Amino acid sequence: MALVKYNNNSISAVTATGLASGALTHIKTLTASSSGTLSFVHGSDGVVLDSTYPIYKFEFINIHPATANTIFQFQTSTNGGSSYGVTYTNTVFLAYHKENGSGSGLNYEAGRDQAQSTAFANLCAEVARSGEADQACSGFLELYNPSSTTFVKHCISRFIKDAATTDMFDQYQAGYMNTTTAINAVRFQMSSGNIDAGKIKLYGIKDS
Amino acid sequence: MAINLANNNSLANITALPSSVSGGAMTLLATQTASGSATISFTSGIDDTYDSYVFKFINIHPATNNSSFQFQGSTNSGSSYGVTITSSFFQTYHAEDNSAAALAYNTSNDLAQSTSFQIIADTTGNGSDESASGYLHLFNPSSTTFVKHFISVDNHYYNGTYSINDFSAGYFNTTSAVDSIQFKFNSGNIDSGVIKLYGVS
Repeated sequence: MALVKYNNNSISAVTATGLASGALTHIKTLTASSSGTLSFVHGSDGVVLDSTYPIYKFEFINIHPATANTIFQFQTSTNGGSSYGVTYTNTVFLAYHKENGSGSGLNYEAGRDQAQSTAFANLCAEVARSGEADQACSGFLELYNPSSTTFVKHCISRFIKDAATTDMFDQYQAGYMNTTTAINAVRFQMSSGNIDAGKIKLYGIKDS
Repeated sequence: MAINLANNNSLANITALPSSVSGGAMTLLATQTASGSATISFTSGIDDTYDSYVFKFINIHPATNNSSFQFQGSTNSGSSYGVTITSSFFQTYHAEDNSAAALAYNTSNDLAQSTSFQIIADTTGNGSDESASGYLHLFNPSSTTFVKHFISVDNHYYNGTYSINDFSAGYFNTTSAVDSIQFKFNSGNIDSGVIKLYGVS
């Protein structure tokens, strides 16, 4: 196939180059619209979640729940999304601050972590606690080497959620899916009600 | 303008690649280099083209010792910087002689419905080898529905003796689009350093 040069100096008929294209590669974006769950399943709908990349990064933009004061959470699957419930142990801590300045702090959140639990894990608590239309949460989750059959699977996340009359959170979470079976799907949901709006973007991070 | 095929088989004078060729998800939009600069402002390129934007600041060196690197946003293309912010701020520090180390919330550097600049690297030293580096991630700044979330992380060198790791997060409490970001120190100029703006597709 010939190289085609346009008058604006762009080119077509090129499907690959030997040039470096950046380490962060966009794989898939899911947009919530009153969605009960949003799932990324390897091999489905263009999703790659295997040994292609050593690290996968999810970015969350303005996740807005249908129900006020709910938890944004995730779990993973080792069977292509047939079920979500891999044993997870993690830590959770957060910084908080009120808009009226009346309270702030940095705390370990013993009530929000989990120990060898197959429950959905807490990524961001108390989202849209007071129910305003402009409230949401944003952040990221990194999943390390999900295809490993040697090691457990580490997950690290950080979220910011705003609040009008209550606390804003800067919430951290890190832990491991305690399995040596490959993880090939990830699901996100609210603890109650739908994800009313928001985007979740999946990226692969190259190691070379 | 012709396509130039160099001896190493690279191509020059190409302004765009076809959509089938990925250029990576992070696109460098602008780079600004400080040189005795009172402020550094990004007044273009922050719109709805990307869902999020990342500023990476590299070796930001203050002219004034122990000053704090900070930022604010604008909803009027940089005519003024003073959007209402609520934020949290905590930090870890460790002394080179191992005499002190801690993790603590810092109430001096958070904001509660304030139009002040948000600190992202406090007490940065101006010794010749001292500076601050890190990133500021801004989510969906063009939204007219949601407030605008941000997350930052920095590490800096303080007073020749401390490594300090700062974590701030918060939101511009506005449903107007934020279209410009300004960086400066709370005292004195930005002597040197580089700030890069990326769009994340």
